[in-house]
Amino acid sequence: MIKIKSAPARAGARILGIGAYRPDRIVSNDEIAPAIDSSDEWIQQRTGITERRFAGEHETLVGMAVSASVEALAEAGIKPEQVGIVLMATLTNPVQFPAVAPQVASELGIPNPGAYDVGAACAGFVYALATAADMVKSGSIEYALVIGAERMTDVLDLTDRGSAFIFGDGAGAMVVGPADFNGFGPVVWGSDGSQSEAISMTSSWFDFRSGKVKEPPTLRMQGPVVFRWAVSEMVGVVQKALVAAGIEAKDLGAFVPHQANNRITDAIVKALDFPDSVAVARDIRNSGNTTAATVPLALHALRAEGRAISGSPALLLGFGAGLTYAAQVVVMP
Amino acid sequence: MTTEEVMKEMAAILDEVAGVSADQVAMGKSFVDDLDVDSLSMVEVVMAAEDKFGVKIPDEEVKNLRTVGDAVNFIIKSS
Repeated sequence: MIKIKSAPARAGARILGIGAYRPDRIVSNDEIAPAIDSSDEWIQQRTGITERRFAGEHETLVGMAVSASVEALAEAGIKPEQVGIVLMATLTNPVQFPAVAPQVASELGIPNPGAYDVGAACAGFVYALATAADMVKSGSIEYALVIGAERMTDVLDLTDRGSAFIFGDGAGAMVVGPADFNGFGPVVWGSDGSQSEAISMTSSWFDFRSGKVKEPPTLRMQGPVVFRWAVSEMVGVVQKALVAAGIEAKDLGAFVPHQANNRITDAIVKALDFPDSVAVARDIRNSGNTTAATVPLALHALRAEGRAISGSPALLLGFGAGLTYAAQVVVMP
Repeated sequence: MTTEEVMKEMAAILDEVAGVSADQVAMGKSFVDDLDVDSLSMVEVVMAAEDKFGVKIPDEEVKNLRTVGDAVNFIIKSS
């Protein structure tokens, strides 16, 4: 058989930089509450959210992704032309095709990289990051740009009592590149398509197009079902990711779970019995649930607060529509 | 288990999960209207009850459990 060359594998890969973009407009619970017959107190009690950001017309999905990426590339000290692949986690591309990632790459001045979108909803960023890490380690790529960006307001029904108060807009990005140590533990991921209805849309675009339904589709979530799934299943996923990385909870510098609901985070943290030395990301308070953008935004916020120690391990956890989930230990930049 | 035993354990779970004091808990009390247990707390109560009593309470059953008595009777029937 003819021999095919492979790229030389690398000793390791690591996160080199993180960037964030938070839309200008801050939206309080008081602004959301009247349309869902609710109150600031009710929303805070159920979710821990005090405010979120809503993107304006000028803050496009591509534009927010570009802004977050510029910051991540600057911290990494990487020029656009060095990036070999752009992975974009999102579920709010306003068109079914083409993908957003190539447009983001062009705007950034990255010449002809591999570029595609990752459709794993709230787990999408962690899926994409794990994929990028393996690409760098295998030698296929030198530098990867991983983005999570959402304009959730484009798919929200602000009169839906089950979801209107939860979501927000924003973008986060990370640059992954070669390292002389291992900056990523093995990813623990999975899915459960039998629960695809738990977080979904009110109808398909085709039903709307054919006139079968009168309203365009919007997000719908079976909150208690998702809550139960997340609280009962994610504890085991986190434990598996720790075992896979060969570390214990006490070794973690930070825990950065998907910012779905503070009560899910509370329940997971309680069950895992983390020591106080583990900084737990609570960015949901000020950002709401930004779906694929929560993990990079939350780690970015944790660093801004001085609670993410460079060089120490953080456990990233994504979970959501699909249902999909992914957990991975990473070394913080 | 007797109704009284299950009631006592349910009161302990409601206190732990939702901060409901034991003297408020009675068979006829509605979780939502009388005890102010919201839908997410109800999920936590159900999960704690499953662990405690070794029963399975499916999602579609949870919405039928309006009162403490509904839950106690379901647990006794299933265990």
